Amino acid sequence: MSTDFLSPSLPQAAPAVYAVSTHRRARTLRRLLANPGAVVGGALLLLILLAAVTAPWVFPHDPLDMVGPPIQWPGQDPEFWLGTDTMGRDIAAGLAHGARVSLTVGVTAALLSLAIGIAVGASAGYFGGWVDVVLMRVTELLQTIPSFLLVVVIVAIGRPSVSVIALSIGAASWPVVARLVRAEFRTLRESEFVLAARSNGFGHARIALLEILPNALPPVIVTTSVLVANAILMESALSFMNMGDPNAVSWGSMIGDAREMLRTAWYLAALPGLSIVLTVLSLNLLGDALNDAFNPRLSA
Amino acid sequence: MNPQRAARTLGLSVIQAIPTIIGVILLSFFLLQAVPGDAADVIAAESGSATEAGMAAMRSHFGLDRPVLQQLEAYLGNLASLNLGVSPRYNLPVSDLVFSRLGNTVLLMFSALGCALAAGIALGAVMASFVGRWPDRVLSLAALLLYSTPGFWLGLMAIILLSVQLGWLPPGGVSTIGSPATGLAHALDVARHLVLPTLALAGFYVAIFARLTRAAMLEVSRQDFVRTAHAKGLAPAAVALRHVLRNALIPVTTVAGLNFGTLLGGAVVVETVFSWPGLGRLAYESVMARDYVVLMGILVLSSLLVIVANILVDLLQTLLDPRIRAH
Repeated sequence: MSTDFLSPSLPQAAPAVYAVSTHRRARTLRRLLANPGAVVGGALLLLILLAAVTAPWVFPHDPLDMVGPPIQWPGQDPEFWLGTDTMGRDIAAGLAHGARVSLTVGVTAALLSLAIGIAVGASAGYFGGWVDVVLMRVTELLQTIPSFLLVVVIVAIGRPSVSVIALSIGAASWPVVARLVRAEFRTLRESEFVLAARSNGFGHARIALLEILPNALPPVIVTTSVLVANAILMESALSFMNMGDPNAVSWGSMIGDAREMLRTAWYLAALPGLSIVLTVLSLNLLGDALNDAFNPRLSA
Repeated sequence: MNPQRAARTLGLSVIQAIPTIIGVILLSFFLLQAVPGDAADVIAAESGSATEAGMAAMRSHFGLDRPVLQQLEAYLGNLASLNLGVSPRYNLPVSDLVFSRLGNTVLLMFSALGCALAAGIALGAVMASFVGRWPDRVLSLAALLLYSTPGFWLGLMAIILLSVQLGWLPPGGVSTIGSPATGLAHALDVARHLVLPTLALAGFYVAIFARLTRAAMLEVSRQDFVRTAHAKGLAPAAVALRHVLRNALIPVTTVAGLNFGTLLGGAVVVETVFSWPGLGRLAYESVMARDYVVLMGILVLSSLLVIVANILVDLLQTLLDPRIRAH
């Protein structure tokens, strides 16, 4: 690959790069499957995903409706195996429907941060110069403003709905991605395969998107699971503070509602909290495993 | 470190911060201009008996009826004389409100950051020295669990266990209400109230610093100068502390500085859990009351805090590593 840029026909260079990356991909996948953290995290995440997807069929009634007597402890009534809250709402149904909100917000926010972060980081790293200076100033600005406060302000401006919350979290958390992508682009733009592409007269868009970006992706992929995890944590804090979507049951709002019952019915706060911990843990386990798979040198 | 270099670092960092400060002020002003409804609406809705004329008088009194650019001009002019405006909600200068709460938040943040750094670095050092063996595995899993736990929930669970069940610590507030204690007794009372919020806020960062210290120490311990230190017969503990840990602290301080804003965001939630009368609770109250002058003051001030923290980190790093220069 390293000498291919001398040859006039690039079509030979591109498959060579591709072959290397598929080989690397297979090796990465093998390493991932050999990692117990990845297997446990993946299984856990699949279970939560299953609960979220099947919630409308397993618990067809609105989880915000009263369905039984209030404050039933878990196991007390076989019909509500995780109990009911102060308003007689089924906790198991709340947890399953809450998983939908958490995962939707987490994934949407992460995708938005990835889109903005990659666009900003790639332009800054690829073009350098004043583009880099301006974009990095904006990035720095957003890293200076406490992002949770920023999300609170944006949600206060818009209506507190699941989509506004997801968008605001995404809009506040892209600087990490931008910095990562910029750093990768700055090193990769000097490499020989980019020189090869440039000498073939490819445009900036093609070089940035098709040549550099695929090679800059591994650290970004590792960050994605952390982005989803942090977005879920932020959403839970927001709805815990009563700033969530009032029409959707969310783990955070369940904990918020349980605050007055802390002395007598602590399970009301404990169960949704455990759901958050398990979901975020599964994502972090996956993130760590991905990191080890991509950078075997660092995993001692 | 010689004072000249410290002054140079300080000067450069301050100059670099100026555009960020201007950006923060502009962004927060225009963001909050987009808020639906204004403070006059909220006060009118709460009093329940507002007239059109009364509301118009209120708007013109607080300048809410002027064009956006004029409001911005007035705000910038006030800021230049360190006046953050007047809160229509509390009818108090914003600077009074914000500074009366600032102390509590700074106390909570430094207590949490200090604990998180101490515990995180210690845990990370232990993990790194037992790498691959069971203490490392158990602590790594514990750190990952802590890393996945929302602070407000950790706080609530701590209240259930340590306050409700065991009765060891107060569940909220900054000091015992109506307590006549002064001096040392008062400080001890505040310290007791500080334990649970600190725990809730620090948990996440203990995990971050522990994981980072472990990774950084492993990275440093592979370098040549560490082999040299071992080869010249230094005790393993001396190498671990003076050579490995000291160099591993540089990324830890960087991340601590980067996380200062997140820590402030975390304080917002933790303060509402423990009714801790700080900036975070004030932010929450002013969102609920749509008191955007106060909210703007908090956003600007907390961003300033982050900038100051980052300048301090720059200074600390030149202290830890003489090779690092301000760029």
